[in-house]
Amino acid sequence: MSTARKQAGAELLEQLGKSGYGKPPLGCMQCGLCAATCPLGSAMEFPPRNLLLQAASGNLDKLLESPSLWMCVACYACSKRCPRGIELTESLWPALRDAAMQRGIQPPAELQETFQNVLKYGNVLGKSPRARLDWTKSLDVRVLDLSREPRPVDVLWLVGCYPSYYPRNQVVARAFARILTQLGVAWGILGTKEKAVGECDRMFGEEGLFETLVEDNRKLFDKYDFGKLVVLDPHAYRALQNFYPRFGAWYPAQHYTTFLAEYMEQLRPLMVKPVETVVTYHDNCCVGRRCGCYDPPRELLGLISGVKLVEMAHNRDDSLCCGGGGGGMWLDAHIVAHGGQRLSDQRVREAADSGADTLAVSCPYELSRFEDAAKVTGLEGRVKVRDIIELLAEAMDLGERSVA
Amino acid sequence: MNIAVVVRQVPDLIEPLEIAPSGTEFDFGSASFLLNESDDHALEQALLLKEAHGGHVTVVALDFGDVDNTLYTAAAKGADRIVKIARDDAPPPPRAAAVLYAEAIKPIAPELVLVGVQAHDELDGGVAPFLAAALGMPYVGVIRGVAVGAEPGAVAAFKEFPGAVMARMNVKLPAVLGILGADQPPRYVPVSRIRGAMKTTQFEESAAAAVSSEPLTAIARLYPPAAGSRAEMLSGSETEIASRIVDILAQKGLVK
Repeated sequence: MSTARKQAGAELLEQLGKSGYGKPPLGCMQCGLCAATCPLGSAMEFPPRNLLLQAASGNLDKLLESPSLWMCVACYACSKRCPRGIELTESLWPALRDAAMQRGIQPPAELQETFQNVLKYGNVLGKSPRARLDWTKSLDVRVLDLSREPRPVDVLWLVGCYPSYYPRNQVVARAFARILTQLGVAWGILGTKEKAVGECDRMFGEEGLFETLVEDNRKLFDKYDFGKLVVLDPHAYRALQNFYPRFGAWYPAQHYTTFLAEYMEQLRPLMVKPVETVVTYHDNCCVGRRCGCYDPPRELLGLISGVKLVEMAHNRDDSLCCGGGGGGMWLDAHIVAHGGQRLSDQRVREAADSGADTLAVSCPYELSRFEDAAKVTGLEGRVKVRDIIELLAEAMDLGERSVA
Repeated sequence: MNIAVVVRQVPDLIEPLEIAPSGTEFDFGSASFLLNESDDHALEQALLLKEAHGGHVTVVALDFGDVDNTLYTAAAKGADRIVKIARDDAPPPPRAAAVLYAEAIKPIAPELVLVGVQAHDELDGGVAPFLAAALGMPYVGVIRGVAVGAEPGAVAAFKEFPGAVMARMNVKLPAVLGILGADQPPRYVPVSRIRGAMKTTQFEESAAAAVSSEPLTAIARLYPPAAGSRAEMLSGSETEIASRIVDILAQKGLVK
């Protein structure tokens, strides 16, 4: 192997060591905890431990061309377990993906389409920006669109791509609008001007696209007077909390679970309707494992009379990923074609095994992933997938009749 | 090989097209635009030929819509020169547009001109054959791949005919090829490269804009297709709708 090639891998790892994400990757002692904990590691040609070894040894070419480069679903399990504190999820994987694309290596076609949708339309679904407010059409509470009616608000709610466009998630968006209104929160949205926050693009390694979104969003956010950003998407939360500030774009942001948990006492008397169900809660990876926020979602569920909370075999920092992060949302076919499995299928079986009849979630990806998984595994009807927001809205008698 | 590629912006059908009050043109003010798909393939084919055999790729476009983004992307992918034809208004229909492209392409003196075989705004015929006529070059369309042939001064163009028959045609250069598909799908180029190209790419202005491009055909009226018999909308509960669908399928003899 040429010295130049060997250096390319080591240099990349050395640069990452200085990036401010975790401890230097060259400090890896090859203990293998990362590979052992990776839910898709056994299917990867280069699971995390080997990824580091091969990069450090200069085997970058082989590694960047491997389909396993596009199999990480950003569950943070490797980063969480690494005794050396190496940030594989937010640093190593995106950097390698970026390096691959810079060399002209083509990402899976599904990802190319997603990137192009975000660049052209500002949303992952490739929908018209003008249709971003369609979810509000059947809404019975007032929506303040700051882009048309700028005024100071306490909460600037970034609705997100799926809740804005995807019919199943639009139900959740409407329920959240009703809850905010019921709580008397002064809230507004960006209307048709809203764009993707871009977490998934960065995790895919599309750093340039992410930078473009940060620049656009920053200009947009700075136009308005708001107290904090509130998001439904835990990925967006993570990006605003940790990636945006690296571009000098610092905005106070909260995921809706921690935001609503601050209204616990106001919410309690509003719970007027029992919801008789056994619920298990799926900890999403960003707010859960990455940020260690496990109690607020459970406390919110605990407010609802009739709800009995049970835990799945894997919960809290040991939670099993739905497989949708880091581009996984679009890469089920790629992952399965290369020997991996749909983690959402496994997770929904765990939910059924827990004895729950409701799988509660707090991430827009998870509704469709788990509902699909329930169909695939024959558990449809046995396990109902619902966002915490939907359960709260039902208990507050604010739910949509067709869904509740 | 010295290759010229024509790229066009076409209305993005993500939004419904609006007909302007005149009734004879579209209201492009409310439309967004994107790169014509088969032109994207023409560019990819040109880049593949350049990478395999060396050469020079010049991209030619009418300055319209958000063409700059398309052109920066082409530069990021590997196009060597970008020539823009200045326009104050929407592109003219294909026969007139072909004259503009031809005037911009002549000074480049390309051996091969690649252009998408079709675009959904081609109201009075395809740009590709009109362009060949305006340049006085031979034309072959519906091409699914191009190789540098054994014969000097010629390329092998692969054309698909109905009935799953492929033809390999030797095309003497210079020539215009109407590209349906490149040898491989258009490449993805990361946005950081496009951002880089925005900082370094210089567009060249073509003098072709001075050429008269009066449309040779006139549109009498643009209108949405007349609605035929309306669809029957089923209503009721899921079970009622499902059983109604089964009845309809049974009536039509599609299920027993």
